[in-house]
Amino acid sequence: MNWPAILLSLKLASLVCAILLTLGMPIAYWVAFSRWRWKFLIESIVALPLVLPPTVLGFYILVAIGTRGPVGRIWEFLFGHGLAFTFGALVFASVIYSLPFAVQPMVSAFSLVDRQLIEASSVLGAFRLRTFFKVILPLSITGVITGVVLSFAHTLGEFGVVLMVGGNIPGVTRTVSIAIYDEVQAFDYAAANRTALALLLFAFVVLTIVYALNRRIWAVWPAKR
Amino acid sequence: MNLTARIRKRLSESFTLDVNLSVPVGITILFGASGAGKTTLLRCLAGLLRPEAGSVSIGSRMLFDSEQSLDLPVPRRNVGYVFQNLALFPHMTVEENVQFGLGNMDQAARHEHTQKILDSFRISHLVKRKPSEISGGERQRVALARSLVTNPCLLLLDEPLSALDYATQSRIIEDLRAWNAARSIPILYVTHTHREAFALGERLIVLEKGQILAEGTPQEVLTSPGYEPVAQLAGFENFFDATVTSIRADSGTMQCRIHNTDMDLEVPLARVAPGSKIRIAIRAGDIMVATEKPRGLSARNLIPGKIISLVQQGTLVIAEVDAGQKFEVHVTPHAREALQLRADSQIWLVIKTYSCHIVNS
Repeated sequence: MNWPAILLSLKLASLVCAILLTLGMPIAYWVAFSRWRWKFLIESIVALPLVLPPTVLGFYILVAIGTRGPVGRIWEFLFGHGLAFTFGALVFASVIYSLPFAVQPMVSAFSLVDRQLIEASSVLGAFRLRTFFKVILPLSITGVITGVVLSFAHTLGEFGVVLMVGGNIPGVTRTVSIAIYDEVQAFDYAAANRTALALLLFAFVVLTIVYALNRRIWAVWPAKR
Repeated sequence: MNLTARIRKRLSESFTLDVNLSVPVGITILFGASGAGKTTLLRCLAGLLRPEAGSVSIGSRMLFDSEQSLDLPVPRRNVGYVFQNLALFPHMTVEENVQFGLGNMDQAARHEHTQKILDSFRISHLVKRKPSEISGGERQRVALARSLVTNPCLLLLDEPLSALDYATQSRIIEDLRAWNAARSIPILYVTHTHREAFALGERLIVLEKGQILAEGTPQEVLTSPGYEPVAQLAGFENFFDATVTSIRADSGTMQCRIHNTDMDLEVPLARVAPGSKIRIAIRAGDIMVATEKPRGLSARNLIPGKIISLVQQGTLVIAEVDAGQKFEVHVTPHAREALQLRADSQIWLVIKTYSCHIVNS
């Protein structure tokens, strides 16, 4: 069993989930409630990773985080070393790649909250933050959970982007999916099967627990109420 | 503390709300057909909609003034608003709903305030229930309690009781009145049914197509309607065109001939000359029915006719009567049975002079 790769993947997915939860909710809130006329531009940028081939996305992220790219330069200035081919690069790329998977279920859940409830909260003296945490979030919690689960699963399984920006450094950037690919390339089908099976079972168990805990979200995407 | 508001708000090409109103302490009914602009007005007052021009103030406290670019944010206005669908938070218990507006208060004070208002509206026994687990009337009480627990300086009610039966409705209103006796705030109550307009408020404002058509006490506005739209809104079912044939200034009455008939009606005196054309409005509930020609009655108008149809609606029987002109008459189911009224029955309509209202259309 390739434990270092599995643990690395779990660490990456958890970190990406945590970042997407804090980053995704404000973005989703803005997309759901903003009346800005150019909102659709932001919506299409957020959704872009859904349709782009991972290699295209990975290529541009690699350029951006390279020593001459904008993100890479800021990183080097702050931390004194390059970002490309590090664990940090994986996190950065995965956050961007999984962003729509976190944001879209949240947006549709926030949009389904009855506007009158939000107005009622406001009339009762609650400003936006209180209204969000007391009214909007509890009523759309299933969408938020769906977003988190989807981005976790998506990060765990990504391959192309990780290979582009992280390379294949054991213990640093070699994730489960890359480890499986390596094992297959080396004709070690038994090892590949063990790792793949572990990943399959893990994904199945996580999804089962989440869906069983909250049986309203049988559908992956929040259903229209 | 009075509410004073001047509001101009354009909603579409064809609809602009343009009103100037002053609402004193107590219940004022805002009455109008759907689409008259009632909810728009409430939303402007609460700050949920921003008027193009005007001002809103309660006593000396300004909430909105377009000239000074003052627009107090909704949470700072301290206005109670009960929405038409109540907008109770479905994920919270009754207690949590009611406490919601007391966000920054300490636990003990919060509990005391909540308990007091729950008692006033007789819903203390429901605290642990969710809105989906209580009855319609109870939900209205929770919504009222939730809006009032913050001691608002103005209460806006958007048809909150329309779905309830009359008895439940009036009990809730009595509790609201009792609550307001101590607080004394202006309450604006929106309705489109004339029964509520009559029964509930001290004052009445009639809104039509975004404009105020009439205001005053319910009796003033509804029983002597100056405009036909008010009369229709106020539930006058019968309208007749007539010509004044003679005037009896000494008795305060006039004789009129209903157009296209040989029927004469005695109506209250108005400032018109003989020969002028007027329009008469009569409430279906103000017309009596007799099976033979009555004698020894003070009512001056006795008209023979024939029942065309009888339709029962709830506790009301609506009769269509042909007496040269079609009349709509309301009787009780009991009266229908006692008089054995049926289609084709020959009857007499009895109408008091003062049940005939002159409408300037």
